[in-house]
Formats: sequence, structure tokens, C-alpha cells
Amino acid sequence: MDKFNVRRVLYSLYVCCAILPIIDFLYHRHSLHPWESWPGFYAVYGFVGCVLLVLIAKLLRRLVKRPENYYGKGNGR
Amino acid sequence: MWLAELPPFVPFYVAALLAGVTRGRIRVLILLAAPLLGGLQLLGIEPGIEVHSRFLGYQLIPFRVDRLSLLFGYLFHIGAFLAIVFSLHVRDTLQHVAGLCYAGSALGAVFAGDLITLFVFWELLALSSVFLIWARRSERALVAGFRYLMMHILSGVLLLTGVLLHLQQGGSLQFTYIGLDGLSGWLIFIAFGIKCAFPLLHNWLTDAYPEATPTATVFLSAMTTKVAVYTLARGFPGTELLIYIGVVMTCFPIFYAVIENDLRRVLGYSMINQIGFMVCGIGIGTQLALNGAVAHAFNEVIFKGLLLMSMGAVLHVTGRINGTDLGGLYKTMPKTATLCIIGAASISAFPLFSGFVSKAMIMTAVLKEGHDWAWLLLLFASAGVFHHAGIKIPYFAFFAHDRGLKATEPPANMLLAMLLAALLCVMIGSYPRLLYDLLPFPVNYQAYDFTHVIAQLQLLFFAALAFVWLNLRGLYPPELSAVNLDSDWTYRRLLPLTVQRLIAIGQPLDATMRRWGTACGKALINTLSRHHAPQGLLARNWPTGSMVLWVALLLGAYLLAYLFEVSDQ
Repeated sequence: MDKFNVRRVLYSLYVCCAILPIIDFLYHRHSLHPWESWPGFYAVYGFVGCVLLVLIAKLLRRLVKRPENYYGKGNGR
Repeated sequence: MWLAELPPFVPFYVAALLAGVTRGRIRVLILLAAPLLGGLQLLGIEPGIEVHSRFLGYQLIPFRVDRLSLLFGYLFHIGAFLAIVFSLHVRDTLQHVAGLCYAGSALGAVFAGDLITLFVFWELLALSSVFLIWARRSERALVAGFRYLMMHILSGVLLLTGVLLHLQQGGSLQFTYIGLDGLSGWLIFIAFGIKCAFPLLHNWLTDAYPEATPTATVFLSAMTTKVAVYTLARGFPGTELLIYIGVVMTCFPIFYAVIENDLRRVLGYSMINQIGFMVCGIGIGTQLALNGAVAHAFNEVIFKGLLLMSMGAVLHVTGRINGTDLGGLYKTMPKTATLCIIGAASISAFPLFSGFVSKAMIMTAVLKEGHDWAWLLLLFASAGVFHHAGIKIPYFAFFAHDRGLKATEPPANMLLAMLLAALLCVMIGSYPRLLYDLLPFPVNYQAYDFTHVIAQLQLLFFAALAFVWLNLRGLYPPELSAVNLDSDWTYRRLLPLTVQRLIAIGQPLDATMRRWGTACGKALINTLSRHHAPQGLLARNWPTGSMVLWVALLLGAYLLAYLFEVSDQ
């Protein structure tokens, strides 16, 4: 993708991410769980969750990664 | 009308027979007619029909209709239709016939009213599906197919054993609630669990599905696991263990999906993750949760089908499917890329797309029943889905690094199938009533509520932000050509290695024993031959004269002894 388009996509993402948590303060949230009513709970949880997901996956890769022909020729993945 | 009692698998089996002996346009017509006419026929069927028959003294119900089976019946017709349209350009009798048999078997299984009929279709499902894998006609597909078949035959054997035990204990053959009381219940549970890809029993899916042909994987993704979800929903609703199994199923595959290179295998892991949500809903067992579970199964067939179709199209056009080989295809395949993104938005549960309206029901039910930890983990898995299926799949295939691959849009039938699936995703996502009205229990759930929409958008946008941040910081794991060990390691490596080790330990032992045995035998033969061989003492010829002499001497000695004894008295 050319750089101009990438930048456009990224900036719109940043703008959305800036606006979304603010909305939490503007209306009454009805929630089933007390944590849900914390402003920005979903935003923080989504961000932290995904960063952890990737970092743990990198550790997992160290543990489970094997060469492509590990299971023998024609039998690998 | 007599047609009302015609089981839905019949049109598919008949079409499979006809497809085997026709070709060209006539076969195309037959392929399309099976799901279309079968679907029309099914639309006229009302819940409540039961067809009974007797076999070997058993009362069987080969065809039973209620709202639950009817929903899966509609779903498999839609799934089969999409997969058939997607594969119309293929000139391969094996795939067409196997595909129709497979769809027919799935329909047979969901409309089976008794456990024996269920078992028969359970096995037919396994047998017909393995040909869809072998149709790739590569060595890898062949061996992966055998591993796949091994697991499914095991599942069938467990199911049959469980059913027979259940019968012996005086249970009824009717397929209703089974529950985990007693060994028979557990055996049936594990049999369903194998097909449902429970953790540690899941590897047949991620092993074999990516080895099937680009078109066959679409078929495979629609039926097997969904039949298992259906059987769990009927046999084990409200089983608490399923909540924990479901949570594990949603969480562990996403780590594998992040580091996997084969994009269809990534979707295989993501499929286990989605089934995890359904299994969790079945474990909760309330009306809302069960509705959510089957609604999610319905949506998943369509959006996972769409994603697998888009990756199948990429594989068909470029001959490649690894993240390391792909990238930049949005320029040459813009339509496929757009349709793929619609599938990605649906699986990520973006508002207005289908995943949103069904997953939310399960999440709400989990919270309402007070399973806070399960809810937190499901929420983590929801963010993770967006990460690996929602962003990774389109990003590595269509954007990322431009590899300069020569590509064009796929054949028109492939695009049409993807377009239809995408339309269904948007329609169900925007008018959830279309789906809600088909669900087994009445729905008074409102998916589009402001709090929920905002919460979901926050979760997804910040998950996307995490992807961007990790990428810009260079923390995102690069795609690598590698094998990632999973539970299949136990039977692909550990088991053969153990057997080899045992042989290695046994061999010297065996050689020593043999040497010892030979030595003993030799010693015995030597001793025997020393005495009994022609030159041996015991085998010598004795002259008759000397015998007579010795006898005479003995007699003489006896006579003398007798005389002495008499004279003493």
C-alpha cells in the first residue's frame, strides 16, 4: 500500500481510539459486571490483552518451533 | 404430503450418485439442484415430524424434526450451497461426489432421532470427508488424511461403545439429554469431543483441513465440527465441564494462530477458538446461552466459510498460502480482498456484521450466570480473534510486503460464492431478527444497545492499536517457515519414537537370549551325540554270543547265592 494510504488509515485509527474512551463519560452505561462500568475498561483490556497475546505467543514460538521438515520429507507442514 | 417425510439426506445421496455418472453442464445442474431443491423441501417441513422404523428389534427414528435440528438443517443447506458454488469450476468427480455425500451425512446426523442412526451417519461423515482431503492428491494430504481418519474412527468406536453400554444399562435409544452419569455418558461425551476438537483432541482439524484442496476445505469447515456442536447441545446442555473446556478452546489456539505461517491453518486454529464460544454457551445451558451457541454456529459456518473461500481463492490463483510467500495482493485481487475483509469483520464481531449478534448472547449469558473469570477469558479471546483472524489474515495475504506475485481475480463462481456469503454476513449482522426467529428458544435479546456497541468498538479498536504499535516497534513476530509442535506431536513423534526405543532396548536383549539359547541347544546335542551317535557307548552293537555269556554268568551267580542261603539254614 502506498505510504499516503497507510498514513490515512493509521491516523483514522488514532482518531477513533482517542474518541472512543471519551464517550464513556458522556452517557450512563448499564452494565452487568462492576468492572464494565469503569470508564475505558474495554479499551485497556483490548490493548493489554493483545500485547500480552503477542508477547506470550513469541515465547511459545521458542518452545514449539521446529524446522520445516521436522516430521520428515513430504510429511512436514 | 409424502415429501414431508423424505429425510433431507436423500436428495444429497441421490445427487451424489447422479454426479458420479454425469459430467459437464448436467453435473453442474445436479450439484446446484441438491441444496436448492433440498432446501425448498426443508422450508415446507414443520417441527414435530418423527419417522419410526424397526430394525433388528430396535425402534429407530431415522428422521426427527424439531427447532434445533431444523436450524442446523437450514445451515447445512446454506453451507453446502456456498461450497458447491465455490467449487463449480473444479473438474474432479471425486470431490463433487464426496462433497455431496458429506453434506448428506451431516444432514442425516442432525435429523437422527436415535443413537444408532446417529452412529451410522457419524461414520459416513468421517468416511466421506476424508476423500475431500485425499482429493488434493499429494503425499502430505494422504498421510494427513490417514491421521484424520484415525481420530474419527476412534470417535466412532467410542460412540458405538457408549451407545451399546447405555442400551445394556436399560437406557433408551432415543437421542435426547444424555449427561455425564456413568461410563456410557462419558464415552459418548468424548466421542462428541473428538469431533468438536476439544483441547488435546483438536489436532486432526489443524492438521488435515489445510491439506485439503482449496474448495474442499470450505465444505469441511461447514459440517463436521458443527454436527458435534449440535450433538453436544442436544446431549449435554448445562454440563458445567463444558464451560471450562470452552474457555480453554477459545484461549489456547489464538497463541498458535499468531505464530502460524500457513494462513488456512491460522483459520483452523481460529475455528477451534470460535467453537470454544459455542461449547461455553452449551455448558451454561440457559435458553439465552443455547440460543447464542447455535446462532454462533450458524454465523461461523458463513463467515469462516467466507474467510476460507478467500484464502482458497488466493491459493487457487497463486499456488501459495504461507504468510512468508504472500502479500500485496490487494492490487491484483481487490474484490477478493474486500470480501475477505467483510469475513474478517464478521468473525471479529464488528457491529453490523454477523459475529456481533451471536457472540454477544453467549457473553451476556456467561456474565448473567456469574462466571466472571470465564467472561474475562472469553473477552480476551474476542480481542485475540480480531488480532489473528481479523487483522492477520487480510494483512499478510493482501497487504504487508508486496511480493510481486502475478495474480488475477479468481473464477466468477468463486467470487459469486464469496459475495453470497458476505451478503449473508451483513444481512444477519444488520437484521439479526432473520436469525433470531429461527433459534430453538424465543429470543428477547437486543444486540444493538448503545453500551454494548461502544464497548465492542473500544475492544476492537484498541486491539487494532495494539497490532499497529507492536508492528511499528518491531515486536510483532515475523512469519517464519517452520513447524509448530502441537498435540499431534504425541502420535507423529512420541509414539513412533517410543516404539523405536523399545525395539532398540529389546534388540541386544533378544540377541543375548538367542546366543544363550543356541549355546544350550548345542551343548545338549553334543552330550546326546557323545552317547548315542554311532561311535557312542550306548549306540554300540553288542554280539549275541557275549549277551548269552553274560546272562549265563548272572544265572550262575544267582544259583550260587541261592545255594549259600539254603546251606546256612
